[in-house]
Amino acid sequence: MKKKELIPGLILIAALLVLLRYLELHISPQSQWAMLLTVLKKGSIYALVAVSMNLLNGFTGLFSLGQAGFMMIGAYTYAVLTIPAEQREMVYMYYEGGIIRFALPSIVGIILAGVVAAVFAFLIGLPVLRLKSDYLAIATLGFAEIMRALFQWDTLGPLTNGSNMLRSYPTFKTILYPFIVSGVCIALIVMLINSTYGRAFKAIRDDEIAAEAMGINLAHHKRIAFTVSSFFAGISGALLAMFQTNVQAKSFNSAMTYEILLIVVIGGIGSVTGSVISSFLFIACSEWLLRFLDETHVIGDVTLPLMRSGFRKVVFSLIIMVIVLFFRQGIMGNREFSFTRLFSGRSKKSKGGKADE
Amino acid sequence: MDWFSRNLPYFLAGISVGGQYALIAIGYTMVYGILRLINFAHGDIFMVAGLLMVYLSASLPVFLAIPLVIILTVLIGFTVERVAYKPLRQAPRMSVMISAIGVSYLLQNLALYITGGLAQQYPAIPWVSDQITVFGASTKRVTVITPFLTIILVILLVILIKKTKIGMAMRAASKDFETSQLMGIRINSVISTTFIIGSFLAAIGSLLFFSNYTGVTPTIGTMPGLKAFVAAVFGGIGSIPGAVIGAFIIGICENMIMMLNQYVRFDISNFKDAFAFLLLIIILLFKPTGLFGEKQTDKV
Repeated sequence: MKKKELIPGLILIAALLVLLRYLELHISPQSQWAMLLTVLKKGSIYALVAVSMNLLNGFTGLFSLGQAGFMMIGAYTYAVLTIPAEQREMVYMYYEGGIIRFALPSIVGIILAGVVAAVFAFLIGLPVLRLKSDYLAIATLGFAEIMRALFQWDTLGPLTNGSNMLRSYPTFKTILYPFIVSGVCIALIVMLINSTYGRAFKAIRDDEIAAEAMGINLAHHKRIAFTVSSFFAGISGALLAMFQTNVQAKSFNSAMTYEILLIVVIGGIGSVTGSVISSFLFIACSEWLLRFLDETHVIGDVTLPLMRSGFRKVVFSLIIMVIVLFFRQGIMGNREFSFTRLFSGRSKKSKGGKADE
Repeated sequence: MDWFSRNLPYFLAGISVGGQYALIAIGYTMVYGILRLINFAHGDIFMVAGLLMVYLSASLPVFLAIPLVIILTVLIGFTVERVAYKPLRQAPRMSVMISAIGVSYLLQNLALYITGGLAQQYPAIPWVSDQITVFGASTKRVTVITPFLTIILVILLVILIKKTKIGMAMRAASKDFETSQLMGIRINSVISTTFIIGSFLAAIGSLLFFSNYTGVTPTIGTMPGLKAFVAAVFGGIGSIPGAVIGAFIIGICENMIMMLNQYVRFDISNFKDAFAFLLLIIILLFKPTGLFGEKQTDKV
């Protein structure tokens, strides 16, 4: 964001927060608009993890499929550390209250969620980041599967509660919370992308060999991108845990990573604003807007064919296939959304390179 | 002897599962060899073959249902390639892989819609699903058939690739995609043939697999699919014997873990699925091209 955009930008953000608060206070949980709040909350959380995946796939050219694994690490770290001491006996009922007897404040839990995910990413990154494209993808996917098995392991039960659910930890009271945390994190990612590191990432994406010849330390920069991305995935995992009010390792499967990847692709690989917009669209479509497809409709005497439970997802995946096949650039391509450009009406090409191979 | 009869079922199951993974892994390794694409939808093709069998055998006798399942699966594999991968031939590789993930998502959701999310009971195939006793261990006949059938199919496939014209075209395409086009090889028909062979073997694999594990759910293809891919990478992607050996190793090791589980103090059965990936990460670190893979050099 340029200097002259800063003030309008801040005003816009403040207005957005006020609007959200207004919506939250005036939509009753019974009304049909209540889904809007759910979509907004979940969308903001997915926006963060999508942007963090975009940092890897879109800006550094590392095709990683471990995002759900790092979210799981974040979610578990948060939940394990913040369950109030008096609730532990009940949550860990099969493991005599677990081995942790203290509870950290929520905000510390969130930061630690990111830190632990980042530490795991750093360690796993040491060996796997040497791998190239597809091999990296399958190795990170494999890593996520290993972690999922580890977290459900009965022997680690006193720590992770085995395959049982973790719950009773503090959650957020207001919709502003996920928005502010996600917003701050996305702002940090954008700052990283615009820094010299970000330019080095893009150089690596466009041509590894050329980047190395220009004096960029490949291993070092890839490790930074991977660790930072996982840090934010961990934080979004903690937010997701708060949103769901319970965590179970089995929900963080490869299908979840694919969903995040599809969000990134729909938004445009290499566009932060694209990822954010498409997160909200994706969640809104899958949770809310297409709901009517799941219900049987009768017009006159004719029952509309095909419409029954599950049809929504079929239509949704067809839409995704159409986007993947015919609109490969996604919503934003690798451009960024900007109000000044929108209002001045000229479509200036951004300076970002292409995200090919 | 007691030890032997107690652990024999694990060996048998391992070899049998290994054979089933091998049949799926060949589809991965052939497609990767030519297109450099991880066909994420391949595991779901395998699942669809299972569902087709469930629905077809409800109304048709088994000897009609089986060939029909195979034909339909091949048709689906062919269609997926034509619709979802062919238009992206000039696109960056990542787009094709994302398209594969999209197809996988679509097939799973379609299966969810049709089945209503309930596990479908796989029909018992006469003779194949019968219980037999091998050296005192009771098992289904399919367990014994699988490794032999796998080996026969692999030998036929290798002959096809080594001796026939289309096989030669496939080898040429996997060596150098662009040059083979210039030499007059019709690349689209080569790729279609690859998908047809892959889907055919996946259909056979699904017949064998589901005779043992009889619940078909929309997501059941994911795990065997990923493991078969790991097997293909382990053996050296692009190499058919490599994929088969990799698949047998993974199948056997996986069941060894279940066997060990009787003796160790901790419950390690959770790691049955994770083991394949651990093996993958280890092999990629020490021999990134797999056991029988060709050395690749980067060109600037």
